[in-house]
Amino acid sequence: MVYLTRQEHFNAAHKLFNPKWSKERNEEVFGLCANENWHGHNYDLYVTVKGEPDADTGFLYDVKKLSQLVKQHVIDKLDHKNLNMDVDFMKDKMCSTENLAIAIWQQLAPHLPVEVQLHSIKLYETPRIYVEYFG
Amino acid sequence: MSKKVAVFRKEHFNAAHRLHNPSWTEAKNDAVFGLCNNPNFHGHNYELIVKITGEIDTATGYVIDLKILSDLVKAEVIDRFDHKNLNLDTAEFLSLNPTAENIAVVIYDLLRLKLDTALELHIRLYETERNFVEYPVN
Repeated sequence: MVYLTRQEHFNAAHKLFNPKWSKERNEEVFGLCANENWHGHNYDLYVTVKGEPDADTGFLYDVKKLSQLVKQHVIDKLDHKNLNMDVDFMKDKMCSTENLAIAIWQQLAPHLPVEVQLHSIKLYETPRIYVEYFG
Repeated sequence: MSKKVAVFRKEHFNAAHRLHNPSWTEAKNDAVFGLCNNPNFHGHNYELIVKITGEIDTATGYVIDLKILSDLVKAEVIDRFDHKNLNLDTAEFLSLNPTAENIAVVIYDLLRLKLDTALELHIRLYETERNFVEYPVN
C-alpha cells in the first residue's frame, strides 16, 4: 500500500455562528470567530489517497488527475469565497474546520476510481491549527 | 556611538477583506481585482514582521524591550484587525482599499506614532506565504 498526497491552498472568509443561538451565546462560545462581518484564513489542504502502484505506469494515481479533481470539486468552490454564503456544499452547516474537512472528503470521494481509496483530508486553518479526517 | 542592531517581532492576525473600487463599474472591478472582488469577501492569515533598528542602550543592552514592542503591536495592530472584516469593521479602510500594500502603510503609521523617533521602523506583511510586501523601501 502506498500513500500519495496532493497539497493545495485556498483563501476564504467565514464566521462561526449558530443561528439558533442568541448573539451573546454565540460570542460566549465562539469568541472573536463569531464576528458578524466575518474574518478569514489562508487554508492549506492535504488530500491523501492510498492503493497499489499500477504495474504499467508505476503510479498509484496520476497526480495531475488528482490535482484537477481537487481543483474542480474543492478549490474552485472555496477559493476567494465566503464559506457561509457562497458555498453550496456548506449550506446550513457550521463552518468549522472540522466540518469543512468532512465536506471536502464528501466532495472528492465519489470521483476517485475504485482502485484509489481516499485516506485522509488534512486541513490547516492557520499554520498552528489543523484537523484530519479519515472517513 | 554604539553599533546599530535590528530586532524583530512576528505577529499574526486573521481577517476578511474585499478589493473593490466603488468609483468603478462591477465589470471593471472584476477585470482588475478578479476573485478578490467577491462581494461576500474572502480572507487571509496575515503574518506581520515588525523590524526596529537602533543603537543598543548601554544600560539595558536592548534596542527596544521586545515585550514593550509586543504589547504595542498587539494594542495598535492585532486588537484592531484580528478576526475583523477590514472593509466593514475598521476605520482605517472605510475609504482605502485594503490591499497588502495599504495595510502595511497603515500599520507603519500606527506604530510610528508610538515609537521613539531615534528608532527606525520597517514593516513586512505576508498576505499569503507567497505574497508579501514591505514598507518603507530603503
